[in-house]
Amino acid sequence: MSARDNILRRVREARQAAAAPTAEEARRVDERIRARTVGPRPAVQGDLVERFLSQCERMSSTVARVACLEDVPGSVSAFLSGKGLPLQAAAWPAVAALPWDAAGMHVQARPARGDDLVGITGVHLAIAETGTLMLLSGPDTHPVTSLLPETHVAIVPADRIEPAMEEAWARTRRETGALPRAVNFVSGPSRTADIEGQLQIGAHGPFRVHVVVVG
Amino acid sequence: MTEAAQEAFSGTGGPGTARPQGGTFSGRAHDKLHDAKVQRAMRNFNLAAARSRAMAELPELEDIRTAAAAIRDTALADLDVWLERFETEATRRGVKVHWAETHADVNRIVAAIAREAGVRKVIKSKSMVSEESHLNAALEAEGLEVVETDLGEYIIQLAGETPSHIIAPAIHKTREDVADLFHQHHGTPRKTGIPELTMEARAVLRGHFLSGDMGISGGNFLVAETGSVVLVTNEGNGRMVSTMPRVHVAITGIEKVIPTLEDVACVLRVLTRSATGQSISNYVTLATGPKGAGDADGPEEMHVVLVDAGRSTVLGSDMREALRCIRCGACMNHCPVYQNIGGHAYGWVYPGPIGSVLTPSYIGLENAVDLPNAATLCNQCGVVCPVRIPLPDLMRKLREKQVEAGLRPRWERAGLRVWSWFAQRPALYALATRLAARVGRLLGGKRRAIGRLPGGGWTGERDFPAPQGRTFRELYARRPR
Repeated sequence: MSARDNILRRVREARQAAAAPTAEEARRVDERIRARTVGPRPAVQGDLVERFLSQCERMSSTVARVACLEDVPGSVSAFLSGKGLPLQAAAWPAVAALPWDAAGMHVQARPARGDDLVGITGVHLAIAETGTLMLLSGPDTHPVTSLLPETHVAIVPADRIEPAMEEAWARTRRETGALPRAVNFVSGPSRTADIEGQLQIGAHGPFRVHVVVVG
Repeated sequence: MTEAAQEAFSGTGGPGTARPQGGTFSGRAHDKLHDAKVQRAMRNFNLAAARSRAMAELPELEDIRTAAAAIRDTALADLDVWLERFETEATRRGVKVHWAETHADVNRIVAAIAREAGVRKVIKSKSMVSEESHLNAALEAEGLEVVETDLGEYIIQLAGETPSHIIAPAIHKTREDVADLFHQHHGTPRKTGIPELTMEARAVLRGHFLSGDMGISGGNFLVAETGSVVLVTNEGNGRMVSTMPRVHVAITGIEKVIPTLEDVACVLRVLTRSATGQSISNYVTLATGPKGAGDADGPEEMHVVLVDAGRSTVLGSDMREALRCIRCGACMNHCPVYQNIGGHAYGWVYPGPIGSVLTPSYIGLENAVDLPNAATLCNQCGVVCPVRIPLPDLMRKLREKQVEAGLRPRWERAGLRVWSWFAQRPALYALATRLAARVGRLLGGKRRAIGRLPGGGWTGERDFPAPQGRTFRELYARRPR
């Protein structure tokens, strides 16, 4: 008997179930998965974008809102200058295609490295309830770009904002199908309170998360 | 003792491992109460207030707790079927799923993965299951370098200690302790500012993140629908260890499976609020397999180690509800006993009320004899538990088992025998209690309190209220009708 078989047998004994899994059990599990039961949850009321922006700030992200994609580089450039940060960044390829040069920025389409100070990404979706960015890994949506640099700038089209994680899962199933290698939910800069319970922003991930909503 | 327990007790010790301490809970608790450093450090503990603020903003709290408990119960009711579903989905996505019956198996499996992949340096995010099996010591014995990357875990690894809390492992340490440790181990000038210490740890650990060959994480949940492992962190180290090294190993208990992605959303709402008072943690990652074709980042191999080590036994016992636990730490944050003594007094991996239930269940009641008594049964833990584990009831059941197994001290058993002899003889019982009530009144004197009783333990810290001369039965017989 393998360890696997031993464990599964002991679990079945503990459940006082028949020695072998039954068709009824498989049906029960299938139905439970297919039902996609949504539990009780807080209502997300009012304007989704407003709610998203206020929750982002609550999670210590900074926010900006622009009318269209062409306005993004100028807004980001102003934010970085205001913080005394360099005007160069690693970015997802789709993001790097924006007119950054005109805003005085040098943006490269590549995964971020350990020494990059700024990383710019888009999002798959965003969640209004908690001010959360939802990022999917992929050949052109590198997870490292939202993780390694000290400053992460995320560009969020307004029509990608969903009320809650439940709607985000439903839309992902519709649009994408199977989950990618990594789904990363990011809500503000990294933090720790491991020394004397005192909150510190900037543990291993970014010190700053700057969210630019478009539209 | 179970095989798993023997393994746990014969561990080799060393940095980051969870060797059960010698002695009894009450002895260790006494030491911690008189340890000025621990007492000072425990005053920094403020997670209960954070939880209460967060919960005040969630009117649906009670309904969500009920739903979260039901999700956990659904998984436990058909646990083997859910696990097989998880295994099927994870395997389809290229994950190698391993099964560990004992703590020894966990160490053997992870060491073999490391050997096969030619690993030299291991970077770890928090995994309490790996503390159960002394994994760090086992890997170090294989010649591997193991670095804990959660700031709290890193601090106690440097100190050669064990976690004293499941989400704030170094809460018993002061900034002065951390300053000494960093100065000593990093060879940098000693600094005592918390921001400077945090930045120094970031810089040191960043080097390890970029050079580690294997990342080890726990797993907050396993999603059966998709075969995903859910990692919840604030520091971002969960993302690091599952992204940067070429091998990612997630180690988690078999009880951690939940059915669907919607269930992740539901349970997270109470997990993060119960733990730190946040509406969500900064990073929630679903890891589903190694990197795909064209991916520039991510691990080349992903492994999941499913650990039994006593869990299937608990599933079949009257302690089953304890397996709902989602490891938020709220029960210890609200426990008046834990808040005064910290986690090390509990002697094994899981402190506080959940530890008082899990430790005897995992390593044997006879090895944790006074843990079920390490509580006042005030039910703060039961009130705050996000998955409604009836912790005081479970501790009471364990106390009953102790008595049945003859594990209570001789004086206590003798005392109960004397009491029961009297209690079965009502006339004698009435006489003896009348006598005691009168003697007690005399002893109490004008203060109406007895300052010292034979044995002295109970009255060492407070007075015993003196009886007022009449027994309950006398007063009852004379009550006005």
